[in-house]
Amino acid sequence: MTPDDAPQDNLLKRVFIRVGVLPFFLGVALIVFTILSDKFLTVQNLVNVGRQSVYLILVSLGQMLVLISGGFDLSVGTVIALSSVVSASVMVAMVPVFPDAVWLAIAIGALAGFGAAIVVGGINGIGVAVFEVSPFIMTLGVSSVGAGLALFLTGGIPVSGLPYAFGNVFGFGRLWGIPVPVIVAAICIALMWVLMSRTRLGAQIYAVGGNIKAAHLSAINTRRTLMVAYILCSLIAALTGLLLTARVESGEANLGGTIALESIAACVIAGVSLRGGLGRVENVVLGGFFIILVQNGMNLAQVSSYMQMVLLGALLILAVIFDQLRFRMIMSGR
Amino acid sequence: MPAAGWPSAARRIPSKGDIQMTDTPLIQTRRLTRVYPGVIALDHVDFDVRPGEVHVLFGENGAGKSTLISLLAGANTPSEGEILVEGAPVRFASVADAQAAGIYTVFQEFSLIPTMTVAQNMFLGREPGFGPFTDHRAMRRAAQALLDSLGFDVPTGAVIAHLSRAQQQMVEIAKAFHGDPKVLILDEPTASLTDREVDHLFRTILRLRAQGVAIIYISHRIHEFERIADRVTVLRDGAYIGTTAMADTDEATLVEMMAGRAIRDIYPDIPHAPGEVLLEVNALRAWGVRGASLTARRGEVLGMAGLVGSGKSRLFRALMGIQPIRSGTVRWKGAQITGAATRHIMGAGIYYLTSDRKSEGLDLAKSSWQNLGIDLMMGREARGPFIRPRALRSVAAEIFDTVELRASYRPKPVAQLSGGNQQKVLFAKSFGHEADLYIFDEPTVGVDMGTRAALYRLIRDIAASGKAVIVISSDLPEVLNLAHRVLVMAEGRISAELTGDQRTEDNVLRHFFDDTGETA
Repeated sequence: MTPDDAPQDNLLKRVFIRVGVLPFFLGVALIVFTILSDKFLTVQNLVNVGRQSVYLILVSLGQMLVLISGGFDLSVGTVIALSSVVSASVMVAMVPVFPDAVWLAIAIGALAGFGAAIVVGGINGIGVAVFEVSPFIMTLGVSSVGAGLALFLTGGIPVSGLPYAFGNVFGFGRLWGIPVPVIVAAICIALMWVLMSRTRLGAQIYAVGGNIKAAHLSAINTRRTLMVAYILCSLIAALTGLLLTARVESGEANLGGTIALESIAACVIAGVSLRGGLGRVENVVLGGFFIILVQNGMNLAQVSSYMQMVLLGALLILAVIFDQLRFRMIMSGR
Repeated sequence: MPAAGWPSAARRIPSKGDIQMTDTPLIQTRRLTRVYPGVIALDHVDFDVRPGEVHVLFGENGAGKSTLISLLAGANTPSEGEILVEGAPVRFASVADAQAAGIYTVFQEFSLIPTMTVAQNMFLGREPGFGPFTDHRAMRRAAQALLDSLGFDVPTGAVIAHLSRAQQQMVEIAKAFHGDPKVLILDEPTASLTDREVDHLFRTILRLRAQGVAIIYISHRIHEFERIADRVTVLRDGAYIGTTAMADTDEATLVEMMAGRAIRDIYPDIPHAPGEVLLEVNALRAWGVRGASLTARRGEVLGMAGLVGSGKSRLFRALMGIQPIRSGTVRWKGAQITGAATRHIMGAGIYYLTSDRKSEGLDLAKSSWQNLGIDLMMGREARGPFIRPRALRSVAAEIFDTVELRASYRPKPVAQLSGGNQQKVLFAKSFGHEADLYIFDEPTVGVDMGTRAALYRLIRDIAASGKAVIVISSDLPEVLNLAHRVLVMAEGRISAELTGDQRTEDNVLRHFFDDTGETA
């Protein structure tokens, strides 16, 4: 037997190498919060958590794309704020222009929001792919630019007077008894799974994140692939921004404040490697759900919101440490 | 190939009889073993070095030479076995430990700080001066004296990053010499030196030998080390094969020990049926390439020989769009492709197999399936935006069968495979694309003998099927035995074209340097 035939290890280790730390974290969280609060493990509460986690799951899916491509995107929160403000302003402006066609006004507003997202994602992509700026600095800078613009456009005041139908459908609407945001998220998850598992583009994103030089020598257009990852990430963030705008029924520049950190935490806990190239859609969905579940549990256990920040940061660091361990195991087979 | 001025230098050196040889070896290893995931790099090796000898370690890439010296140098710890220094067992936890025991090593990978000067690098951590202050002038003077004594022409005030590779190599060697070594380990120290610099180095080595220093010298150039070697130890696939006095052996014997079989059993016969000219490169200039012209035709293996830094690899990296072209033209099947993007050149039918499988060839955390899959999707099986995993898998299985990669290795992250198997995956990736010209850059670097023979058979099959093949290699026997036509590069230019009986090691070596005797 040559060393290349080394035997596989026990089940726990195999689960850890395959999906990462999430199953273990999820188990611990369920046990701890069930002990701390008897309201936690109820159907009612878990359905609630599911509904609340829609927004984070969406943003995390976009974040996952960029992480797998080998970068990360700190500007997702800004994109949410910017798309909220831009789409709300355009909608409010369009309603008097098309008084009889309110859905046309809503569509134009939404398109304007997506347009803003394409610009932001495009700038990130150009910086990272063409000028090879570190994704950290690029998206940090862009996030400041975007946040400033959102505040500048509105003077810091929420944009109100949105068409009633917008909030009614995308914020609080139900289709066959299922909340519309949940349906939107479900469609996104399905599309994202197809993209990452069944399309050449998805495979190229994995390849670029795994080893960009090798990807280049496999005839991949690495710049285009990176651009696409950043733009898609921004577009999904903008979609989240629209859903949140419908929920609060106004365009707000302070939406999405902590979501960059939360989405990165959700991804890393779900086994998306910060080194790029590794990560699965279905796990990220569960990762986003997990973060909201922990926040919900802490609320029920009456942990103060300041302490919640501390715990979330600690959780992220812990997840990154486990990610390192896992990567070492993958590389060494031990 | 005795270089000019060499015999006189040798005469000045006292012969070995003058030196008192003791019975205790300076260094001895007992059943020394080092295991890495997926590979036994060193397998129970017994080896010894005596004071006042030049002991050559000889073997293929991946034979375990570098692993053995990394253990002796303290850069690595053994998995099993022990090291004895002057008869007493030692455990080196670091390179500093080994240096304290008098063992100094010049590694192939440089340990210089590129932003600091030559003198600063040579005195790193032991700068002359008072307390926290450095006496820069004294440091420069001492550095200059040491470099002069070695016969190295390097400005002490120059920043490392501005020096040529050869000059950096000299600084690296000088660093070791000034530690007053008992044992000096040199890992392929001549890889980027000119003849004249090699002479200087050898004179210095012989002078140290005369002072009773033991020198462990790693090389695979027999013509070179036969001038200085006292004994030669041969390693193969991590195992100890044997030790012999240089005086009692010859090239053929050493090569057979190294390869484990006669040369004719390793290299297949490749039919030579030169056809249509596919590639025409005309006066190409790029970084490290100063005007190179060549053609490649169907049914022929073209070999590219040259030193590290001669431009033999950069020429093709420029052609492939990996680095920019300054001037000149590249024609493929008659059409201009100068300066096209890599993916378009690949689409037109040229494949470049990188010399660096770890940093730009493979995605190490992924399985062989995934590594090959991306090439199939971008190459042979590129149809529409969607992928069909099952179809891809059956094509991939066929390719893995062709390159003889065992089925049990295919699902593993390639990081866990041995160098030979990783190289098979890299070759598999080349078959994921439709190509008429395959450029293999160091196709067997760090690969065991059995795998090499398998890879050579693949190269034969490609050429025999009427495609064009270019083999770029620093391994002379490889180029000479595979190629029908050999181009030698020196200083970014093609210095010779050798065909038929002209293809000899001596002929190639003669053209490694330009008339000036300096490398680029």
